[in-house]
Amino acid sequence: MIKILQGKDREKKSIRSEYGKTLVELGKSNPNIVALDADLSCSTQTAMFGKEFPERFFNMGIAEQDAMTTAAGLSTTGKIPFVSTFAMFATGRAWEQIRNSICYPRFNVKIVATHGGITVGEDGASHQALEDVAIMRDIPNMTVIVPADCTETREVIKFAAEYDGPVYIRLARTNVPNIFDPETYKFDLKKALVVREGKDVTLITNGETLVEALDCAELLEKVGIDAEVIHMPVVKPVDVDTIVESAKKTQNVITIENHSIIGALGSAICETLSENHPVKVKRIGINDQFGQSGEQRELMNFYGLTGEKLAERITKYLKK
Amino acid sequence: MNNQLLPSQVEELNKLCREMRKDIVKMIHAAKSGHPGGNLSAVEILAVLYKCCMKHSPEWDKSPDFDKRDRFILSKGHASAALYSILAECGYFPKEELMTFRKLGTRLQGHPSCRHLKGIEVSTGSLGQGLSMACGVALGLKIDKNPANVFVFVGDGEMQEGSIWEAVMNASHHNLDNLIAFIDKNKLQIDGSTCEVKSIDPLDEKLEAFGWNVITIDGHDVEEIFDAIQIAKTMDRPTAIIAETIKGKGVSFMENNCAWHGKAPNDEDFARAMAELEK
Repeated sequence: MIKILQGKDREKKSIRSEYGKTLVELGKSNPNIVALDADLSCSTQTAMFGKEFPERFFNMGIAEQDAMTTAAGLSTTGKIPFVSTFAMFATGRAWEQIRNSICYPRFNVKIVATHGGITVGEDGASHQALEDVAIMRDIPNMTVIVPADCTETREVIKFAAEYDGPVYIRLARTNVPNIFDPETYKFDLKKALVVREGKDVTLITNGETLVEALDCAELLEKVGIDAEVIHMPVVKPVDVDTIVESAKKTQNVITIENHSIIGALGSAICETLSENHPVKVKRIGINDQFGQSGEQRELMNFYGLTGEKLAERITKYLKK
Repeated sequence: MNNQLLPSQVEELNKLCREMRKDIVKMIHAAKSGHPGGNLSAVEILAVLYKCCMKHSPEWDKSPDFDKRDRFILSKGHASAALYSILAECGYFPKEELMTFRKLGTRLQGHPSCRHLKGIEVSTGSLGQGLSMACGVALGLKIDKNPANVFVFVGDGEMQEGSIWEAVMNASHHNLDNLIAFIDKNKLQIDGSTCEVKSIDPLDEKLEAFGWNVITIDGHDVEEIFDAIQIAKTMDRPTAIIAETIKGKGVSFMENNCAWHGKAPNDEDFARAMAELEK
Protein backbone atom coordinates (compact mmCIF):
# COMPACT_ATOMS: atom_id res chain seq x y z
CA MET A 1 0.00 0.00 0.00
CA ILE A 2 1.21 3.46 -0.86
CA LYS A 3 1.14 5.64 2.23
CA ILE A 4 -0.32 9.13 1.83
CA LEU A 5 1.48 11.70 3.95
CA GLN A 6 -0.67 13.99 6.08
CA GLY A 7 -0.45 17.44 7.65
CA LYS A 8 3.05 18.49 8.65
CA ASP A 9 4.63 15.50 6.93
CA ARG A 10 3.75 17.07 3.61
CA GLU A 11 6.99 18.95 3.20
CA LYS A 12 7.01 21.54 0.38
CA LYS A 13 9.71 20.75 -2.13
CA SER A 14 10.78 21.72 -5.63
CA ILE A 15 9.71 19.24 -8.26
CA ARG A 16 12.24 20.70 -10.68
CA SER A 17 15.16 20.16 -8.31
CA GLU A 18 13.99 16.61 -7.78
CA TYR A 19 14.08 16.12 -11.54
CA GLY A 20 17.59 17.55 -11.76
CA LYS A 21 18.87 15.38 -8.92
CA THR A 22 17.23 12.23 -10.26
CA LEU A 23 18.69 12.82 -13.70
CA VAL A 24 22.19 13.11 -12.23
CA GLU A 25 21.69 9.86 -10.35
CA LEU A 26 20.51 8.10 -13.47
CA GLY A 27 23.44 9.54 -15.38
CA LYS A 28 25.82 7.94 -12.91
CA SER A 29 24.44 4.47 -13.40
CA ASN A 30 23.58 4.70 -17.10
CA PRO A 31 26.20 6.16 -19.47
CA ASN A 32 23.65 6.30 -22.28
CA ILE A 33 21.62 9.03 -20.65
CA VAL A 34 22.16 12.43 -22.25
CA ALA A 35 20.38 15.72 -21.60
CA LEU A 36 19.44 18.61 -23.85
CA ASP A 37 18.06 21.99 -22.92
CA ALA A 38 17.09 25.16 -24.75
CA ASP A 39 18.74 27.88 -22.67
CA LEU A 40 16.59 27.23 -19.61
CA SER A 41 18.80 24.68 -17.89
CA CYS A 42 18.93 26.69 -14.66
CA SER A 43 15.13 26.77 -14.56
CA THR A 44 14.50 23.19 -15.64
CA GLN A 45 17.46 22.06 -13.48
CA THR A 46 19.14 20.05 -16.21
CA ALA A 47 22.12 22.30 -15.40
CA MET A 48 22.83 19.85 -12.56
CA PHE A 49 23.33 17.10 -15.12
CA GLY A 50 25.38 19.45 -17.30
CA LYS A 51 27.72 20.19 -14.42
CA GLU A 52 28.21 16.53 -13.60
CA PHE A 53 28.39 15.21 -17.17
CA PRO A 54 29.45 18.07 -19.48
CA GLU A 55 30.24 15.64 -22.29
CA ARG A 56 26.68 14.33 -22.23
CA PHE A 57 24.88 17.64 -21.90
CA PHE A 58 23.92 19.76 -24.88
CA ASN A 59 22.59 23.25 -24.52
CA MET A 60 20.86 23.75 -27.83
CA GLY A 61 20.32 27.45 -27.28
CA ILE A 62 16.95 29.07 -27.85
CA ALA A 63 16.07 26.58 -30.56
CA GLU A 64 13.45 24.09 -29.41
CA GLN A 65 12.79 22.56 -32.80
CA ASP A 66 16.47 21.77 -33.21
CA ALA A 67 16.63 20.44 -29.65
CA MET A 68 13.81 17.94 -30.18
CA THR A 69 15.06 16.67 -33.51
CA THR A 70 18.66 16.47 -32.34
CA ALA A 71 17.42 14.36 -29.43
CA ALA A 72 15.70 12.11 -31.95
CA GLY A 73 18.97 11.69 -33.83
CA LEU A 74 20.89 10.97 -30.62
CA SER A 75 18.43 8.25 -29.73
CA THR A 76 19.28 6.37 -32.93
CA THR A 77 22.80 5.86 -31.61
CA GLY A 78 21.54 4.17 -28.44
CA LYS A 79 21.47 7.28 -26.28
CA ILE A 80 18.52 8.03 -24.01
CA PRO A 81 17.95 11.76 -24.42
CA PHE A 82 16.06 13.81 -21.84
CA VAL A 83 15.03 17.12 -23.41
CA SER A 84 13.87 19.91 -21.17
CA THR A 85 12.51 23.41 -21.54
CA PHE A 86 9.28 25.14 -20.57
CA ALA A 87 6.12 23.21 -21.47
CA MET A 88 4.95 26.03 -23.73
CA PHE A 89 7.97 25.88 -26.02
CA ALA A 90 8.67 22.17 -25.76
CA THR A 91 5.23 21.20 -26.96
CA GLY A 92 4.03 24.27 -28.81
CA ARG A 93 7.05 25.39 -30.75
CA ALA A 94 8.29 21.91 -31.48
CA TRP A 95 5.02 19.98 -31.81
CA GLU A 96 5.59 18.86 -35.35
CA GLN A 97 9.16 17.79 -34.63
CA ILE A 98 7.84 15.72 -31.74
CA ARG A 99 5.18 14.19 -33.94
CA ASN A 100 7.21 13.46 -37.05
CA SER A 101 10.77 13.03 -35.79
CA ILE A 102 10.14 11.40 -32.38
CA CYS A 103 6.74 9.71 -32.19
CA TYR A 104 6.29 8.54 -35.78
CA PRO A 105 9.57 6.57 -35.73
CA ARG A 106 8.89 5.78 -32.03
CA PHE A 107 12.30 7.00 -30.94
CA ASN A 108 13.39 6.70 -27.35
CA VAL A 109 13.23 10.39 -26.39
CA LYS A 110 12.01 11.73 -23.03
CA ILE A 111 10.56 15.22 -22.96
CA VAL A 112 10.51 16.60 -19.44
CA ALA A 113 8.82 19.98 -19.59
CA THR A 114 8.66 22.30 -16.64
CA HIS A 115 6.41 25.32 -16.07
CA GLY A 116 3.19 23.55 -16.98
CA GLY A 117 -0.07 25.27 -16.11
CA ILE A 118 -1.27 28.56 -14.70
CA THR A 119 1.21 28.49 -11.81
CA VAL A 120 3.97 29.75 -14.07
CA GLY A 121 2.73 32.92 -12.41
CA GLU A 122 4.02 36.42 -13.07
CA ASP A 123 5.31 35.71 -16.59
CA GLY A 124 1.70 35.57 -17.71
CA ALA A 125 -0.24 33.96 -20.52
CA SER A 126 2.57 33.76 -23.09
CA HIS A 127 4.45 31.35 -20.81
CA GLN A 128 1.57 29.49 -19.15
CA ALA A 129 1.14 26.20 -20.99
CA LEU A 130 -2.53 25.27 -20.67
CA GLU A 131 -2.71 23.13 -23.78
CA ASP A 132 0.46 21.03 -23.63
CA VAL A 133 -1.03 17.81 -22.29
CA ALA A 134 -3.80 17.94 -24.89
CA ILE A 135 -1.42 18.30 -27.81
CA MET A 136 0.96 15.62 -26.56
CA ARG A 137 -1.83 13.15 -25.78
CA ASP A 138 -3.04 13.35 -29.34
CA ILE A 139 0.14 11.93 -30.86
CA PRO A 140 0.33 8.15 -31.44
CA ASN A 141 3.15 6.33 -29.56
CA MET A 142 3.32 9.08 -26.93
CA THR A 143 2.99 8.37 -23.22
CA VAL A 144 1.89 11.35 -21.11
CA ILE A 145 2.57 11.65 -17.39
CA VAL A 146 1.77 14.48 -14.96
CA PRO A 147 3.33 13.70 -11.56
CA ALA A 148 2.00 15.30 -8.40
CA ASP A 149 4.97 15.64 -6.09
CA CYS A 150 8.69 15.01 -5.64
CA THR A 151 8.33 11.37 -4.65
CA GLU A 152 6.38 10.64 -7.77
CA THR A 153 8.52 12.80 -10.05
CA ARG A 154 11.59 10.85 -9.01
CA GLU A 155 9.95 7.51 -9.77
CA VAL A 156 8.46 8.73 -13.04
CA ILE A 157 11.84 9.97 -14.27
CA LYS A 158 13.39 6.62 -13.35
CA PHE A 159 10.58 4.84 -15.14
CA ALA A 160 11.05 6.97 -18.26
CA ALA A 161 14.73 6.08 -18.42
CA GLU A 162 13.85 2.39 -18.41
CA TYR A 163 10.85 2.57 -20.74
CA ASP A 164 11.54 2.20 -24.45
CA GLY A 165 9.67 4.90 -26.37
CA PRO A 166 8.67 8.56 -26.31
CA VAL A 167 7.42 9.98 -23.01
CA TYR A 168 6.11 13.45 -22.16
CA ILE A 169 6.44 14.40 -18.51
CA ARG A 170 4.86 17.64 -17.34
CA LEU A 171 6.30 19.27 -14.23
CA ALA A 172 5.11 22.31 -12.33
CA ARG A 173 7.18 25.38 -11.59
CA THR A 174 5.95 25.50 -8.01
CA ASN A 175 7.21 23.93 -4.83
CA VAL A 176 4.57 21.37 -3.96
CA PRO A 177 3.77 19.55 -0.74
CA ASN A 178 5.03 16.00 -0.81
CA ILE A 179 2.04 13.70 -0.69
CA PHE A 180 3.47 10.26 -1.32
CA ASP A 181 5.67 8.52 1.21
CA PRO A 182 8.93 7.75 -0.63
CA GLU A 183 9.31 4.43 1.17
CA THR A 184 6.06 2.94 -0.06
CA TYR A 185 5.42 4.75 -3.36
CA LYS A 186 5.63 2.70 -6.55
CA PHE A 187 4.93 4.06 -10.02
CA ASP A 188 2.82 1.90 -12.28
CA LEU A 189 2.19 3.10 -15.84
CA LYS A 190 -1.04 1.15 -15.96
CA LYS A 191 -2.48 2.30 -12.67
CA ALA A 192 -4.38 5.36 -11.46
CA LEU A 193 -4.28 5.67 -7.68
CA VAL A 194 -7.32 5.85 -5.45
CA VAL A 195 -5.78 8.12 -2.82
CA ARG A 196 -8.99 8.57 -0.84
CA GLU A 197 -12.05 6.37 -0.85
CA GLY A 198 -15.55 7.82 -0.92
CA LYS A 199 -19.02 7.03 -2.18
CA ASP A 200 -20.76 10.28 -3.21
CA VAL A 201 -18.56 11.74 -5.90
CA THR A 202 -15.30 10.88 -7.70
CA LEU A 203 -12.69 13.62 -8.04
CA ILE A 204 -10.06 12.74 -10.65
CA THR A 205 -6.94 14.85 -10.81
CA ASN A 206 -3.17 14.88 -11.31
CA GLY A 207 -0.13 17.11 -10.95
CA GLU A 208 -0.30 20.13 -8.68
CA THR A 209 -4.05 19.88 -8.17
CA LEU A 210 -3.84 16.54 -6.34
CA VAL A 211 -3.12 18.25 -3.05
CA GLU A 212 -5.94 20.72 -3.73
CA ALA A 213 -8.35 17.88 -4.45
CA LEU A 214 -7.37 16.20 -1.20
CA ASP A 215 -7.92 19.44 0.73
CA CYS A 216 -11.21 19.86 -1.09
CA ALA A 217 -12.32 16.35 -0.12
CA GLU A 218 -11.72 17.13 3.55
CA LEU A 219 -13.80 20.29 3.29
CA LEU A 220 -16.54 18.39 1.48
CA GLU A 221 -16.59 15.85 4.27
CA LYS A 222 -17.52 18.63 6.68
CA VAL A 223 -20.65 19.37 4.66
CA GLY A 224 -21.53 15.71 4.43
CA ILE A 225 -20.14 14.87 1.00
CA ASP A 226 -18.01 11.74 0.88
CA ALA A 227 -15.60 12.25 -2.02
CA GLU A 228 -13.36 9.66 -3.60
CA VAL A 229 -10.09 11.11 -4.93
CA ILE A 230 -8.27 9.43 -7.80
CA HIS A 231 -4.83 10.56 -8.84
CA MET A 232 -4.21 9.85 -12.50
CA PRO A 233 -0.63 10.81 -13.31
CA VAL A 234 -0.73 8.82 -16.54
CA VAL A 235 -3.07 10.70 -18.86
CA LYS A 236 -2.14 8.29 -21.63
CA PRO A 237 -2.65 5.36 -21.58
CA VAL A 238 -5.77 5.70 -19.41
CA ASP A 239 -6.38 3.21 -16.60
CA VAL A 240 -9.94 2.46 -17.72
CA ASP A 241 -10.75 -0.06 -14.97
CA THR A 242 -10.02 2.18 -12.00
CA ILE A 243 -11.98 5.07 -13.52
CA VAL A 244 -14.98 2.95 -14.47
CA GLU A 245 -15.07 1.16 -11.15
CA SER A 246 -15.19 4.43 -9.25
CA ALA A 247 -17.79 5.93 -11.59
CA LYS A 248 -19.99 2.88 -11.06
CA LYS A 249 -19.78 3.43 -7.33
CA THR A 250 -20.37 7.20 -7.15
CA GLN A 251 -22.21 7.82 -10.46
CA ASN A 252 -20.79 11.32 -10.34
CA VAL A 253 -17.40 12.36 -11.67
CA ILE A 254 -15.50 15.64 -11.51
CA THR A 255 -12.10 16.21 -13.11
CA ILE A 256 -9.69 18.79 -11.73
CA GLU A 257 -6.56 19.92 -13.54
CA ASN A 258 -4.18 22.82 -13.94
CA HIS A 259 -4.75 22.83 -17.70
CA SER A 260 -7.39 23.86 -20.20
CA ILE A 261 -10.52 21.78 -19.74
CA ILE A 262 -10.26 20.95 -23.43
CA GLY A 263 -8.19 17.97 -24.48
CA ALA A 264 -6.32 16.73 -21.42
CA LEU A 265 -7.38 14.88 -18.26
CA GLY A 266 -11.01 16.01 -18.35
CA SER A 267 -11.37 14.98 -21.95
CA ALA A 268 -9.65 11.65 -21.38
CA ILE A 269 -12.09 10.86 -18.59
CA CYS A 270 -15.10 11.92 -20.67
CA GLU A 271 -13.94 9.72 -23.53
CA THR A 272 -13.34 6.78 -21.23
CA LEU A 273 -16.64 7.02 -19.41
CA SER A 274 -18.82 7.79 -22.40
CA GLU A 275 -17.54 4.60 -24.00
CA ASN A 276 -17.61 2.39 -20.93
CA HIS A 277 -19.99 3.70 -18.30
CA PRO A 278 -21.72 6.97 -19.19
CA VAL A 279 -22.21 9.21 -16.18
CA LYS A 280 -22.27 12.96 -15.93
CA VAL A 281 -18.77 14.46 -15.83
CA LYS A 282 -17.94 17.99 -14.69
CA ARG A 283 -14.60 19.30 -15.91
CA ILE A 284 -12.77 21.80 -13.73
CA GLY A 285 -9.65 23.53 -15.04
CA ILE A 286 -8.98 26.63 -17.10
CA ASN A 287 -12.09 27.38 -19.13
CA ASP A 288 -10.93 27.78 -22.72
CA GLN A 289 -9.14 31.03 -22.03
CA PHE A 290 -5.63 32.42 -21.66
CA GLY A 291 -4.08 33.00 -18.27
CA GLN A 292 -2.59 36.21 -16.89
CA SER A 293 0.14 37.51 -14.61
CA GLY A 294 -0.11 37.06 -10.88
CA GLU A 295 1.39 35.30 -7.93
CA GLN A 296 0.99 31.51 -8.05
CA ARG A 297 -1.44 31.19 -5.17
CA GLU A 298 -3.45 34.21 -6.30
CA LEU A 299 -3.86 32.65 -9.71
CA MET A 300 -4.93 29.28 -8.30
CA ASN A 301 -7.50 31.14 -6.26
CA PHE A 302 -8.63 33.34 -9.15
CA TYR A 303 -9.20 30.34 -11.40
CA GLY A 304 -10.92 28.41 -8.63
CA LEU A 305 -8.37 25.64 -8.25
CA THR A 306 -7.46 25.84 -4.54
CA GLY A 307 -8.91 23.28 -2.16
CA GLU A 308 -11.27 25.87 -0.70
CA LYS A 309 -12.47 27.19 -4.03
CA LEU A 310 -12.90 23.68 -5.34
CA ALA A 311 -14.99 22.72 -2.31
CA GLU A 312 -17.21 25.77 -2.83
CA ARG A 313 -17.64 25.08 -6.52
CA ILE A 314 -18.26 21.38 -6.07
CA THR A 315 -20.74 21.84 -3.23
CA LYS A 316 -22.70 24.27 -5.36
CA TYR A 317 -22.54 21.98 -8.37
CA LEU A 318 -23.69 18.91 -6.47
CA LYS A 319 -26.64 20.79 -4.95
CA LYS A 320 -28.00 21.72 -8.36
CA MET B 1 38.44 2.56 -51.40
CA ASN B 2 40.27 4.64 -54.03
CA ASN B 3 40.84 8.36 -53.77
CA GLN B 4 39.55 8.80 -57.28
CA LEU B 5 36.94 7.07 -59.38
CA LEU B 6 38.28 4.83 -62.11
CA PRO B 7 36.97 5.45 -65.62
CA SER B 8 35.20 2.11 -65.43
CA GLN B 9 33.49 3.17 -62.21
CA VAL B 10 32.37 6.43 -63.78
CA GLU B 11 30.87 4.51 -66.66
CA GLU B 12 29.12 2.07 -64.33
CA LEU B 13 27.75 4.84 -62.16
CA ASN B 14 26.38 6.76 -65.12
CA LYS B 15 24.75 3.60 -66.37
CA LEU B 16 23.25 2.99 -62.94
CA CYS B 17 21.92 6.56 -62.85
CA ARG B 18 20.05 5.97 -66.10
CA GLU B 19 18.49 2.85 -64.59
CA MET B 20 17.57 4.73 -61.42
CA ARG B 21 15.88 7.44 -63.46
CA LYS B 22 13.82 4.78 -65.21
CA ASP B 23 12.90 3.28 -61.83
CA ILE B 24 11.82 6.68 -60.57
CA VAL B 25 9.62 7.44 -63.56
CA LYS B 26 8.11 3.93 -63.49
CA MET B 27 7.41 4.06 -59.76
CA ILE B 28 5.79 7.46 -59.85
CA HIS B 29 3.77 6.55 -62.93
CA ALA B 30 2.56 3.34 -61.29
CA ALA B 31 1.76 5.10 -58.03
CA LYS B 32 0.02 7.89 -59.95
CA SER B 33 1.69 10.23 -57.47
CA GLY B 34 5.12 11.33 -56.35
CA HIS B 35 7.75 13.95 -57.03
CA PRO B 36 9.60 13.40 -60.32
CA GLY B 37 11.55 16.67 -60.38
CA GLY B 38 13.33 16.43 -57.04
CA ASN B 39 13.95 12.70 -57.43
CA LEU B 40 15.60 13.06 -60.82
CA SER B 41 17.90 15.81 -59.51
CA ALA B 42 19.08 13.58 -56.64
CA VAL B 43 20.15 10.48 -58.57
CA GLU B 44 23.92 10.90 -59.05
CA ILE B 45 24.53 11.89 -55.42
CA LEU B 46 22.67 8.85 -54.10
CA ALA B 47 24.41 6.55 -56.57
CA VAL B 48 27.90 7.78 -55.63
CA LEU B 49 27.15 7.68 -51.89
CA TYR B 50 25.70 4.19 -51.80
CA LYS B 51 27.96 2.63 -54.41
CA CYS B 52 31.32 4.24 -53.71
CA CYS B 53 31.43 6.20 -50.47
CA MET B 54 29.29 4.93 -47.65
CA LYS B 55 30.14 1.97 -45.46
CA HIS B 56 26.90 0.05 -45.41
CA SER B 57 25.38 -3.30 -46.24
CA PRO B 58 21.89 -4.75 -46.12
CA GLU B 59 23.28 -7.61 -44.05
CA TRP B 60 25.16 -5.42 -41.59
CA ASP B 61 22.48 -5.55 -38.95
CA LYS B 62 23.63 -9.14 -38.41
CA SER B 63 27.23 -8.04 -37.86
CA PRO B 64 29.03 -6.60 -34.82
CA ASP B 65 30.16 -3.77 -37.10
CA PHE B 66 26.59 -2.59 -37.61
CA ASP B 67 27.16 0.43 -35.36
CA LYS B 68 30.08 1.49 -37.53
CA ARG B 69 27.95 1.94 -40.65
CA ASP B 70 27.78 5.38 -42.22
CA ARG B 71 24.37 6.96 -41.84
CA PHE B 72 22.30 8.52 -44.59
CA ILE B 73 19.37 10.82 -43.89
CA LEU B 74 17.10 12.01 -46.69
CA SER B 75 15.90 15.30 -45.28
CA LYS B 76 14.07 16.03 -48.54
CA GLY B 77 11.99 12.92 -47.99
CA HIS B 78 10.03 13.44 -51.19
CA ALA B 79 13.06 12.10 -53.07
CA SER B 80 12.07 8.72 -51.66
CA ALA B 81 11.73 7.03 -55.05
CA ALA B 82 15.39 7.69 -55.81
CA LEU B 83 16.39 6.39 -52.39
CA TYR B 84 14.30 3.24 -52.76
CA SER B 85 15.81 2.66 -56.19
CA ILE B 86 19.39 2.73 -54.86
CA LEU B 87 18.45 0.66 -51.79
CA ALA B 88 16.94 -2.02 -54.01
CA GLU B 89 20.03 -1.87 -56.20
CA CYS B 90 22.15 -2.46 -53.08
CA GLY B 91 20.05 -5.45 -52.08
CA TYR B 92 18.01 -4.05 -49.18
CA PHE B 93 14.85 -5.47 -50.74
CA PRO B 94 13.81 -7.12 -54.03
CA LYS B 95 13.61 -4.79 -57.01
CA GLU B 96 10.08 -5.97 -57.83
CA GLU B 97 8.93 -4.30 -54.64
CA LEU B 98 9.70 -0.89 -56.15
CA MET B 99 6.36 -1.04 -57.92
CA THR B 100 4.52 -1.12 -54.59
CA PHE B 101 5.73 2.45 -53.94
CA ARG B 102 3.05 4.58 -52.24
CA LYS B 103 0.46 1.80 -52.38
CA LEU B 104 -1.57 0.53 -49.44
CA GLY B 105 0.43 -1.81 -47.23
CA THR B 106 3.79 -1.02 -48.82
CA ARG B 107 7.09 -0.74 -47.01
CA LEU B 108 7.94 1.98 -49.50
CA GLN B 109 5.93 4.78 -47.92
CA GLY B 110 5.45 8.05 -49.80
CA HIS B 111 8.11 9.55 -47.57
CA PRO B 112 10.73 7.25 -45.99
CA SER B 113 9.74 5.55 -42.73
CA CYS B 114 12.31 3.70 -40.63
CA ARG B 115 9.51 1.72 -38.99
CA HIS B 116 8.55 0.33 -42.37
CA LEU B 117 11.80 -0.40 -44.14
CA LYS B 118 15.22 -1.64 -43.09
CA GLY B 119 17.94 0.65 -44.42
CA ILE B 120 16.02 3.83 -43.66
CA GLU B 121 17.81 5.32 -40.65
CA VAL B 122 15.18 7.86 -39.65
CA SER B 123 11.73 8.81 -40.88
CA THR B 124 11.66 12.02 -42.85
CA GLY B 125 9.40 13.97 -45.14
CA SER B 126 8.39 17.00 -43.17
CA LEU B 127 10.95 19.50 -44.37
CA GLY B 128 13.49 21.23 -42.16
CA GLN B 129 14.08 18.37 -39.74
CA GLY B 130 16.66 16.10 -41.37
CA LEU B 131 19.64 18.33 -40.63
CA SER B 132 18.89 18.50 -36.89
CA MET B 133 18.35 14.76 -36.93
CA ALA B 134 21.74 14.30 -38.62
CA CYS B 135 23.36 16.56 -36.00
CA GLY B 136 21.90 14.35 -33.28
CA VAL B 137 23.23 11.21 -34.93
CA ALA B 138 26.63 12.84 -35.43
CA LEU B 139 26.76 13.94 -31.78
CA GLY B 140 25.84 10.45 -30.62
CA LEU B 141 28.59 8.93 -32.76
CA LYS B 142 31.10 11.41 -31.39
CA ILE B 143 30.22 10.58 -27.79
CA ASP B 144 30.98 6.95 -28.60
CA LYS B 145 34.11 7.87 -30.58
CA ASN B 146 32.50 6.02 -33.45
CA PRO B 147 34.32 6.87 -36.72
CA ALA B 148 31.19 6.62 -38.90
CA ASN B 149 30.10 9.57 -41.02
CA VAL B 150 26.64 11.06 -41.31
CA PHE B 151 25.43 12.11 -44.74
CA VAL B 152 22.31 14.21 -45.02
CA PHE B 153 20.57 15.32 -48.17
CA VAL B 154 18.71 18.62 -47.99
CA GLY B 155 16.65 20.38 -50.64
CA ASP B 156 17.41 23.97 -51.57
CA GLY B 157 13.82 25.10 -51.01
CA GLU B 158 14.05 23.42 -47.63
CA MET B 159 16.77 25.89 -46.66
CA GLN B 160 13.92 28.38 -46.16
CA GLU B 161 12.89 26.50 -43.02
CA GLY B 162 14.07 28.30 -39.90
CA SER B 163 14.86 25.04 -38.15
CA ILE B 164 17.51 24.31 -40.80
CA TRP B 165 19.45 27.33 -39.63
CA GLU B 166 19.09 26.27 -36.02
CA ALA B 167 20.73 23.02 -37.10
CA VAL B 168 23.38 24.80 -39.16
CA MET B 169 24.42 26.63 -35.97
CA ASN B 170 24.22 23.42 -33.97
CA ALA B 171 26.60 21.61 -36.35
CA SER B 172 29.27 24.29 -36.32
CA HIS B 173 28.92 24.97 -32.59
CA HIS B 174 29.56 21.31 -31.86
CA ASN B 175 32.19 21.07 -34.56
CA LEU B 176 30.54 18.10 -36.23
CA ASP B 177 33.31 17.13 -38.62
CA ASN B 178 31.59 13.78 -39.13
CA LEU B 179 28.65 15.50 -40.80
CA ILE B 180 28.44 16.03 -44.55
CA ALA B 181 25.36 17.77 -45.95
CA PHE B 182 24.42 17.74 -49.60
CA ILE B 183 22.21 20.58 -50.72
CA ASP B 184 20.32 19.72 -53.87
CA LYS B 185 20.35 23.10 -55.53
CA ASN B 186 17.87 22.49 -58.29
CA LYS B 187 16.66 26.05 -57.89
CA LEU B 188 12.95 25.23 -58.04
CA GLN B 189 10.24 24.61 -55.49
CA ILE B 190 6.53 23.88 -55.82
CA ASP B 191 5.40 27.45 -56.34
CA GLY B 192 8.18 28.52 -58.64
CA SER B 193 11.87 29.32 -58.64
CA THR B 194 13.56 29.56 -55.28
CA CYS B 195 14.74 33.08 -56.24
CA GLU B 196 11.17 34.22 -56.76
CA VAL B 197 9.54 32.46 -53.81
CA LYS B 198 12.13 33.35 -51.18
CA SER B 199 15.74 33.67 -52.13
CA ILE B 200 18.25 31.59 -50.20
CA ASP B 201 21.29 33.05 -51.93
CA PRO B 202 24.16 33.52 -51.50
CA LEU B 203 23.96 30.08 -49.92
CA ASP B 204 27.70 29.38 -49.94
CA GLU B 205 28.53 32.64 -48.18
CA LYS B 206 25.78 32.14 -45.65
CA LEU B 207 26.96 28.67 -44.74
CA GLU B 208 30.58 29.81 -44.56
CA ALA B 209 29.55 32.65 -42.29
CA PHE B 210 27.90 30.06 -40.05
CA GLY B 211 31.20 28.21 -39.76
CA TRP B 212 30.80 25.48 -42.34
CA ASN B 213 33.20 24.29 -44.96
CA VAL B 214 31.48 24.71 -48.33
CA ILE B 215 32.17 22.98 -51.65
CA THR B 216 30.15 23.74 -54.76
CA ILE B 217 29.93 21.09 -57.46
CA ASP B 218 27.97 19.94 -60.47
CA GLY B 219 25.53 17.56 -58.78
CA HIS B 220 25.22 15.42 -61.90
CA ASP B 221 28.94 14.79 -62.29
CA VAL B 222 29.78 11.61 -60.41
CA GLU B 223 33.50 12.40 -60.25
CA GLU B 224 32.91 15.83 -58.74
CA ILE B 225 30.55 14.30 -56.19
CA PHE B 226 33.07 11.64 -55.26
CA ASP B 227 35.95 14.10 -54.99
CA ALA B 228 33.93 16.50 -52.86
CA ILE B 229 33.14 13.72 -50.39
CA GLN B 230 36.83 12.82 -50.13
CA ILE B 231 37.70 16.43 -49.31
CA ALA B 232 34.79 16.74 -46.86
CA LYS B 233 35.99 13.71 -44.93
CA THR B 234 39.32 15.40 -44.21
CA MET B 235 37.76 18.59 -42.84
CA ASP B 236 37.69 19.47 -39.16
CA ARG B 237 34.31 21.18 -39.56
CA PRO B 238 30.92 20.19 -40.96
CA THR B 239 30.87 20.37 -44.75
CA ALA B 240 28.09 21.47 -47.04
CA ILE B 241 28.34 20.25 -50.60
CA ILE B 242 26.19 22.55 -52.67
CA ALA B 243 25.21 20.43 -55.65
CA GLU B 244 24.12 22.48 -58.63
CA THR B 245 21.48 20.27 -60.19
CA ILE B 246 18.67 20.31 -62.72
CA LYS B 247 15.24 19.55 -61.42
CA GLY B 248 13.74 16.79 -63.55
CA LYS B 249 17.20 15.91 -64.97
CA GLY B 250 17.12 13.37 -67.79
CA VAL B 251 13.56 13.89 -68.98
CA SER B 252 13.55 16.91 -71.29
CA PHE B 253 10.02 18.12 -70.61
CA MET B 254 10.45 17.78 -66.85
CA GLU B 255 13.76 19.61 -66.69
CA ASN B 256 13.69 23.00 -64.97
CA ASN B 257 9.91 22.91 -64.81
CA CYS B 258 8.40 23.28 -61.37
CA ALA B 259 5.10 21.90 -62.67
CA TRP B 260 6.82 18.50 -62.33
CA HIS B 261 7.66 18.93 -58.67
CA GLY B 262 4.81 16.79 -57.43
CA LYS B 263 2.95 15.46 -60.46
CA ALA B 264 2.87 11.92 -61.82
CA PRO B 265 3.27 11.43 -65.56
CA ASN B 266 0.16 10.21 -67.42
CA ASP B 267 0.54 7.29 -69.82
CA GLU B 268 1.56 9.47 -72.72
CA ASP B 269 4.14 11.44 -70.69
CA PHE B 270 5.38 8.19 -69.26
CA ALA B 271 5.99 6.70 -72.72
CA ARG B 272 7.85 9.84 -73.82
CA ALA B 273 9.96 9.92 -70.65
CA MET B 274 10.89 6.25 -70.91
CA ALA B 275 11.77 6.63 -74.57
CA GLU B 276 14.17 9.45 -73.69
CA LEU B 277 15.73 7.50 -70.84
CA GLU B 278 16.17 4.37 -72.98
CA LYS B 279 18.29 6.30 -75.49
